[in-house]
Amino acid sequence: MSGVATETAVTIRVDDQEVAVPEGATILDACNAAGVDTPTICYGPTLTPVNVCRVCVVELDGSRALVPSCSRPAEEGMVVHTDSERVRHSRKMVLEFLATGVDLAQAEEMGQWAEHYGADPDRYVPGGETMNEPVRVQDNLYIRDYDKCVLCYRCVEACGDDAQHTYAISVAGRGFGARISTEFDVTLPDSACVYCGNCVAVCPTNALQFKTEFDLRQAADWRPEDQTVTQTVCSYCGVGCNLELHVQDNQIVKCTSPDDHDVTQGNLCIKGRFGWNYV
Amino acid sequence: MFGAGGGTSSYQEIEETDVILLWGSNAREAHPIFFHHLLKGLDNGARMFCVDPRYTSSARFADVWVGIDVGTDIALANGIGREIIHAGLADQKFIDRSTQGFEAYAASVEPFTPDAVAAICGIPPEAVVEMAHAYATADKAQILWTLGITEHHNAVDNVLSLCNLSLLTGHVGRWGSGLVPLRGQNNVQGGGDMGAIPNKFPGFASVDDPDHRARFEAVYGRSLNPVPGWHLTLMFEAMERGDLRALYVIGENPADSEADVIHARAQLESLEILVVQDILMTRTAEMADVVLPASVAWAESNGTVTSSERRVQRVRPAVSPPGQARHDIDILCDMAEAMGAELGPRDPQDAWDELRGLSAMHGGMAWERLEAAGGLQWPCPDEDHPGSPLLHGWLWADDLEGHDPAPFSVLQHEGPTEELSNEFPLRLTTGRALDSYNTGVQSGNYDSPLRFAGLDLNPADAAALGIADGDLVRVCSPRGSVEMNARLVSSLPAGLAFTTLHQPELIDVNVLTNPDWDPKSGTAEFKAAAVRVELIEAPETAGASVG
Repeated sequence: MSGVATETAVTIRVDDQEVAVPEGATILDACNAAGVDTPTICYGPTLTPVNVCRVCVVELDGSRALVPSCSRPAEEGMVVHTDSERVRHSRKMVLEFLATGVDLAQAEEMGQWAEHYGADPDRYVPGGETMNEPVRVQDNLYIRDYDKCVLCYRCVEACGDDAQHTYAISVAGRGFGARISTEFDVTLPDSACVYCGNCVAVCPTNALQFKTEFDLRQAADWRPEDQTVTQTVCSYCGVGCNLELHVQDNQIVKCTSPDDHDVTQGNLCIKGRFGWNYV
Repeated sequence: MFGAGGGTSSYQEIEETDVILLWGSNAREAHPIFFHHLLKGLDNGARMFCVDPRYTSSARFADVWVGIDVGTDIALANGIGREIIHAGLADQKFIDRSTQGFEAYAASVEPFTPDAVAAICGIPPEAVVEMAHAYATADKAQILWTLGITEHHNAVDNVLSLCNLSLLTGHVGRWGSGLVPLRGQNNVQGGGDMGAIPNKFPGFASVDDPDHRARFEAVYGRSLNPVPGWHLTLMFEAMERGDLRALYVIGENPADSEADVIHARAQLESLEILVVQDILMTRTAEMADVVLPASVAWAESNGTVTSSERRVQRVRPAVSPPGQARHDIDILCDMAEAMGAELGPRDPQDAWDELRGLSAMHGGMAWERLEAAGGLQWPCPDEDHPGSPLLHGWLWADDLEGHDPAPFSVLQHEGPTEELSNEFPLRLTTGRALDSYNTGVQSGNYDSPLRFAGLDLNPADAAALGIADGDLVRVCSPRGSVEMNARLVSSLPAGLAFTTLHQPELIDVNVLTNPDWDPKSGTAEFKAAAVRVELIEAPETAGASVG
């Protein structure tokens, strides 16, 4: 009744395991099914892969080049290696290159992977180099810190075809000057932005950050270890969006939505995302 | 509709439908995350017709914007129905098996030729024909609506005119085809389901049906009043007569939200006692003799809410209520106890289990099941039942599964009750904006860069009145006048003015709105007042005098 196509299973080998996944699933899905953790940056479970970061590459028997697991469909009989010397070396260098030009201090997951692969950006640019721009604080809802942006495109996808269809941001510029920009680099309040915060929700490095979190971090009072997360339903309109309320010291400090809830798929509107502070 | 008070379809269906009629709804702003599902439908190839007097942000995504004059919806629906019949596109087999009253309906729409409809609605006749053919020939099609249909003096008739189209074409009761009223509040569906309607018990049981009543009396252990109560509009009339002298308001702000609000405030002032239970100090609370501070239901209490797709979901406490604020259920139980009555369980889960025993459509929704799977859609009669993504599949069963055939309705075009005149030549319609919610009690508390309060005017209308963008103007209706700043909007049709209801402290818009109400639903005609707009002064001298 729901129109879901019947799923044929595809079996592939991930390292030393046989895994069956539905047809259309990716190698990354197969890795997840096999319990093999894979680093990702530009990939998001609710987003169409854009294949720009290459950190999720795996070695595929019969393939000359490493392949991005997030977007390569699993095919019957594939043999995939996720922890070979080539894979480890490639992932390490991707993380090193990104870290030479970007402040990854708040990119927790990337930091853990960098440590895992022994990434050492200092061997290219000691101390690293960033755009060295002041944080853009143009309203009270979210901030943009360009020094932290790895150009993964997730915000662009969330603002565009993958969810919001607002198209307020895109990549502008070339080389080291390439950046996510509003049209003609106007300020956010003057742009097409509708402040849904769906870009912030998918940002892997905190380059986009809710203002509440930014302010608490500035005050050295952002304490994720003291926070609780409670799932409830938004108080506005009748759509029934599920909210995850992040609470610190009995105050809501952030609002997100679960990626795996079929109503929101991680997305919210301005009211749901930011309209809670009367509580 | 057709005996059940809920939309027929799930959100997922709009992703898989072929033709969408978005009618009197700016879902892009009022239901943004539902609109994401709609956008997936468009990305998958669906065509969308957007019927709205304004070229809204939703209309920008439509294949065709049908910019009808305010309050001419029935004429358009009847015209589409006539065209479907004349073009031989009606689903005669469905009509014969599953409906009744077709002949009378067909005769009633006969005068609504495309040209006649064009003249009434202010649209090209081709738009009527195109919509009719697209809707009728689609494999799957949905009609979605909100307050553009229901905030009229003939709200229910407007809805029925859309139901007629689904019966004519069989676009209901099938996956991808349906009738979808998008709900405006997070639990307006649940409130109705739970019997917060003057003539209903939970599960749509009727107060005045002795058999229904007996079921509730058996569980509650007392006899129940068989006389249906008053809805809000009737309450205000009863206040005016002096028949209603005490009012207990829970989570509602009628001192801002009622049409012709000056009159409504006078009625509230005339009460012998006004009790308000709310989370914030609303204007209504400020008028109250007693204010009972309540906890925030969705972030400080346990319970359930029910969404537009009939999905019951859990709300949970994330923070502790401040000060003396208490859970609604505790306040209500204590209030009852003080009056010598025992209301039953105080624990939300126990209260839910009592409900499940009384409302068959909720019977299978065990608390643990609601916890587990992102909620369940009613009807869900037993614990093995997966819930019901769509309603009215019986329309497609040969024997209709024992139901009566669904009735066509014969409906006449009336138009707004308040006609335009030389004194009041502009049509004022009210609506919602993306960043705000109703009277702004909740949404007014965060810093939205999008927030705007003012009057949208067509540049030609403004020029004729000597009004420039940003000028302070006085808007007058037969009931009163309000000052606000004008904003020139070239996409707004000439003759139409628009404002939102979100910031009554700045713009007391319901001073202007028309209180004529629908006898079948109690809803006032918020969408159609006649007004006059006058220039007060240029913006450089306006400033603090606004409001």
